[in-house]
Amino acid sequence: MTRIPVLKTYKLLINGAFPRSESGRSLPVLDKKDNVLAHVAHASRKDLRDAVEAARAAQPKWAGATAYNRGQVLYRLAEMMEGKREELAEAIASVPFEARAQARARTGAASKRARSSTPSLEVSTAIDRVVHYAGWADKYGQVLGCNNPVAGPFYNFTSPEPTGVVVCLPPDGAPLLGLLSLIVPVLCAGNAVVTLASEANPIPSMILAEAAATSDMPGGILNILTGPRAELIPHITPHRDVDAVHAANLSAEQNAALRAGAAENLKRVTVREGVVFADNDACNSPWWIEPFVEFKTMWHPVSA
Amino acid sequence: MWACGQRPPVARYDSPMSSHPATGSSLKSISSNGHAASNGSAEKPREATRPPAPAASAFAGGFEYAPAPETVKVEIKERYGHYISGGWTTASTGKDASFATINPANEKTLAHVSQGTDKDVDAAVKAARAALPRWQALPATERAKFLFRIARRIQERARELAVLESMDSGKPIKESRDVDIPLVAAHFFYHAGWADKLQFAFHGRTPSPIGVCGQIIPWNFPLLMAAWKLAPALACGSTCVLKPAETTPLTALRLAEILEEVDLPPGVVNIVTGDGRTGAAIVNHPGVDKVAFTGSTDVGKKIAAATAGTKKKLTLELGGKSAHIIFEDASLDQAVEGIIQGIYFNQGEVCCAGSRLLVQESVLEEVTKKLELRLASLRVGDPLDKNTDVGAVNSAQQLATINKYLKLGEEEGATLCRANSSTLPGSGYWCRPCFFTGVQPSHTIAREEIFGPVLSVMSFRTVDEAILRANNTPYGLAAGVWTDKGSKVLDIAKKLQAGVVWCNTYNKFDPASPFGGYKESGFGREGGVHGLRGYVTL
Repeated sequence: MTRIPVLKTYKLLINGAFPRSESGRSLPVLDKKDNVLAHVAHASRKDLRDAVEAARAAQPKWAGATAYNRGQVLYRLAEMMEGKREELAEAIASVPFEARAQARARTGAASKRARSSTPSLEVSTAIDRVVHYAGWADKYGQVLGCNNPVAGPFYNFTSPEPTGVVVCLPPDGAPLLGLLSLIVPVLCAGNAVVTLASEANPIPSMILAEAAATSDMPGGILNILTGPRAELIPHITPHRDVDAVHAANLSAEQNAALRAGAAENLKRVTVREGVVFADNDACNSPWWIEPFVEFKTMWHPVSA
Repeated sequence: MWACGQRPPVARYDSPMSSHPATGSSLKSISSNGHAASNGSAEKPREATRPPAPAASAFAGGFEYAPAPETVKVEIKERYGHYISGGWTTASTGKDASFATINPANEKTLAHVSQGTDKDVDAAVKAARAALPRWQALPATERAKFLFRIARRIQERARELAVLESMDSGKPIKESRDVDIPLVAAHFFYHAGWADKLQFAFHGRTPSPIGVCGQIIPWNFPLLMAAWKLAPALACGSTCVLKPAETTPLTALRLAEILEEVDLPPGVVNIVTGDGRTGAAIVNHPGVDKVAFTGSTDVGKKIAAATAGTKKKLTLELGGKSAHIIFEDASLDQAVEGIIQGIYFNQGEVCCAGSRLLVQESVLEEVTKKLELRLASLRVGDPLDKNTDVGAVNSAQQLATINKYLKLGEEEGATLCRANSSTLPGSGYWCRPCFFTGVQPSHTIAREEIFGPVLSVMSFRTVDEAILRANNTPYGLAAGVWTDKGSKVLDIAKKLQAGVVWCNTYNKFDPASPFGGYKESGFGREGGVHGLRGYVTL
């Protein structure tokens, strides 16, 4: 007798807990043979608001942690992901080929190298990226900040401070690597993140959520929502408690709508276009952290 | 206000604060030539009829200053065209095609300037685009030399520029002479040196120029804002279309003459005058790669929305309602001098003005008394008088805005202190410096940017309350902290959400020091290595 598999429903990650969508909605994820592989939550506007609220509340403590500590926590995330390598690779591979092809088509010309990436390679690159940015936590301040030689008896220096709450909109393709590449530089700088999952294949994101919840990451720092992106985007930019947006491979319409909404309270919007996420040279850099910090310059007189 | 080493005049009588290095220090590395300004020393009272103010009784009678007018004559043309592609367009005439720029201290017309049309803007953008390949192909060291030349000529023509700036904007000559113009020259010098070192500014990346920059600047620091915009753009290999504010176009047009003198290649900098319509034409022009704007948050949001569906890059330096926090352990006399610098510098028409004063409750009374005394000693009047502390408000419109807030402040229940009783000239736009006490955080004057010499005084008890109140605003441009405890300074500076935090000082500026805001005060920085970021792609 064939064993009946236990069909899993992935829930949302909000404030360190795994609630279902407050709307009660869920969506099936289909495998290559159109069998239901699992269900994921269909997040609502209210779920988004709850996630932003959790992120806002958790951010000051994360920003106030020592840079050394933030680096350790990110490295712990890499450790937890390492134990889920196979599960992650299988989840990446399990999505219908058509869906992946569509996702690739959306990434345009830059997808050439992504195509050569196997699920296993994607997982390795993703984990290594977390390790890379774990190491940046106590260094980007030295690279992006500086002392300023002003013409007067003042000590003057500029240092990067976290922007606050950042919403990430990852691409459909590279469902794990795309998302991680957007969130890790942001987290590294002491920001709190609310991210949508890849719409084509949300499962790897939710396995990541389980890794994050069992790492030392404080609740509320990373919140992950699943569901149709088009439904949530219109509610992201008008939200006054969102400070910045980090997105990739948006359509021209989504891009324009996002920026127009962001003008309302002057959110900082960074949209990555044509990025090959498998390319370490392109994606591993303090210049991926820089859009999510504010530079503060301090003056103090120098005198006896 | 005395940012460049000039002692506040009150120091003659009693002012322990003026001996402090922070207020008596020089920010000016480059002295503007030939400015051995002699303060009038005659004993004759300037205004025989000036009423003595009660709070100023210590200074009344016998201590008046004689007029000390700046006498340099500056030639101003009757009409100006735009500066496009290295030449001047024919000045427009007619009601809608041109407008007068006036001296706000006497309401007399200084010149007529042209209202830039869509066609003018298009010509300027095309000129900038055409100039781009040659400008970028120039070896960086050669490009740098043009900026060095500009800086040198600004120094050499500093007095003329200072006088013109004060005439057109209403700011006191001692500020235009000692702060604005020296900083303009310094800004070009600083950025000149960057032109051939950009590869060292961005770790691991190769910067490339951003292209054609559309730059729109305000009226409060007319030439300085032009320098903040042009110098980094030129250093990074971009070309520019600059629009000065409609009430203060003259120094930017004089800068165009300097650009001609130094043989800057045609089209590298184009200057188009006009009002908001001209600004909109620049923002909306498809040939513009980057928009840089300094001005109000309202307009900044409109620009952000207008560029939303485009590839245009954007930097915004917008409004503020900056908190100035005085702790009980601060050196209070120095702090009071800092408060004065913070809010009355340039008639309070400063985006980073310390307009919300937060004083620890235990010293509130003492600080208020000292402030009242100091306020009474400020001299308001002719911007071209070397002893003037507070000049003319920039325009009738701005004066009306300030008066609206003064009325609103009293209506909402705050108490207006008018300790300053300077006799005001018969014409021009004037507002005596003043402050409100009994201000609640919910009052309009505590929330909205006034852009005038009006301070809102509030109190707090604990450090946490001070930080909470300071950050309780959609703005985040600047903040000030006064305390003698080093660890407290660092803790508070870290927690304040502001792009510039002045600790035991206020309103200091330097080309090497990045400036710009958090939150709705805009994004991007100007000055320092961080200011280059807005003018390159990585």
